[in-house]
Amino acid sequence: MQTQANLVALGTIVRREIARILRIWGQTLLPPAITMTLYFFIFGNMIGSRIGEMQPGISYIDFIVPGLIMMSVIQNAYGNISSSFFGSKFGRYVEEMLVSPMPSWVILAGYVTGAVVRGLMVGAIVLAVAMFFTPIRIHHFAVTLTTFLLTAVVFALAGFVNAVYAKKFDDIAIVPTFILTPLTYLGGVFYPVSHLSEPWHSISLANPIVYMVNAFRYGLLGISDVNLYAAYGVMLLAAAVLAGFGLYLLKRGVGLRA
Amino acid sequence: MSTAPALEVRDLTKTYANGVHALKGVSLTVEPGDFFALLGPNGAGKSTLIGILSSLVNASGGEARVFGRSIHTDRGGAMQLIGLVPQELNFNQFENPFDICVNQAGFYGIPRRIACERAEKYLRQLSLWEKKAVASRTLSGGMKRRLMIARAMMNEPRLLILDEPTAGVDIEIRRSMWKFVTEINRAGTTVILTTHYLEEAEQLCRNIAIIDKGSIIENTSMKRLLAKLDVETFVLDVAQMPADLPEVDGVKLAAVDAHTLEAEMSRTHDLNSLFAALSARGIVVTSMRNKANRLEELFVRLVEGNNGQAAA
Repeated sequence: MQTQANLVALGTIVRREIARILRIWGQTLLPPAITMTLYFFIFGNMIGSRIGEMQPGISYIDFIVPGLIMMSVIQNAYGNISSSFFGSKFGRYVEEMLVSPMPSWVILAGYVTGAVVRGLMVGAIVLAVAMFFTPIRIHHFAVTLTTFLLTAVVFALAGFVNAVYAKKFDDIAIVPTFILTPLTYLGGVFYPVSHLSEPWHSISLANPIVYMVNAFRYGLLGISDVNLYAAYGVMLLAAAVLAGFGLYLLKRGVGLRA
Repeated sequence: MSTAPALEVRDLTKTYANGVHALKGVSLTVEPGDFFALLGPNGAGKSTLIGILSSLVNASGGEARVFGRSIHTDRGGAMQLIGLVPQELNFNQFENPFDICVNQAGFYGIPRRIACERAEKYLRQLSLWEKKAVASRTLSGGMKRRLMIARAMMNEPRLLILDEPTAGVDIEIRRSMWKFVTEINRAGTTVILTTHYLEEAEQLCRNIAIIDKGSIIENTSMKRLLAKLDVETFVLDVAQMPADLPEVDGVKLAAVDAHTLEAEMSRTHDLNSLFAALSARGIVVTSMRNKANRLEELFVRLVEGNNGQAAA
């Protein structure tokens, strides 16, 4: 009975999140398509054609496709949950959920699922755009899918924590601008971190996005700068820590209950 | 059906992070089926108390039970029984009324088919069905208030808490809202009301608690409370004010302006002697009314009395 009620509540949040994504598609789905088209055209096609092959049989545009898909997933999963949950706080309609019997984990799972769905939608759009520039092949489907999902979950959870602490809209823009974007650009999207000299190579390995991008690149192309088990370890650990912290914040009502 | 009180609050305290003691050991009981008024001046602790009951505010101490279910140890069970109409608008202004109601039901685990039926039922009852598909931000102030009542009814609560639901609403809509709430109260839903329109509380509520500075200063039936009122003030509109006012035993007369007199007297004092004295002086009374409603007078006295005690 309680399980059934929780599933209904979970479905309600997910449905509401998807409706929001589709209602404001001009803000949620269109920008990544335009941005990634420009990335593929400028970096992949115009500059990439002069760089040549990164490894035998792998052109520069093939090399950056997995990283650019991951970059879109990271930014959109994070942005979806931080703006949606902060919006519900700002508009006070988060109270609709807080006064209901719904347990905290359902609220968290609902928002995270909504963010993962947006990540899936954007990932599919970017993949479709990439197919105009280079043929896409999948080397290992399970690695591709699990890396994709785990990355979306990790950054959705991070976006949730950001939204809980945010007091104004500026607070949800600071992390993506000053932390997320630099970490993504330095996370091996445009270059292999194995080509870096020390200490930059070791410093790069402290960036969790390196593991996500490389695991996804392994899934699509079969090449990676990091150990696959280490990559899964980093993603699972990050997801577990952030999920625990998100639940703690919800249960304590930090930023939500007086 | 449980025989537990609809609401039982024991020694509830709340101290905010800034050190403000919003509640100082509040205790009260609301019986099932009651229409209960919770009154108090601004900043008295009403909204904090309602916030704790609806789990939007964490209590610092004490216990609260809804139909026997603790809001601390069985939050889910207690919340299932409560419907809340908050003071501030708190729905997504970009969503339409139908979706807002259906989603609210979903948060309570109510299957979508039943949620859709209930949304139609309550939106129709509150005259919002024609507006079911428009963005909520386009609704008038009164419609937004009614939408919050419809939303609060989606889980068909046994305890409905209305926190100043008629603030800023015109008289016609206010009356239609009270008709709706009175009907659901008659059907068995317990209602707790806070309002600044004290004549509403006097007309609608059977029992009352007055809270001031975080403490309950009165908790009784409306009838008993009103019986405590021993003095009444009447406002008399007169055709012409005389140069000096007559002396009437047991009545304090005061001229407010050239055409208005105020007469303060004991509730047991007859009005005939007043009219006889005025008539003897040739003062023609054209109309007469109570200066304020009875509950308002009592409320002001109780709160002022409490202020006096606090100052002492």
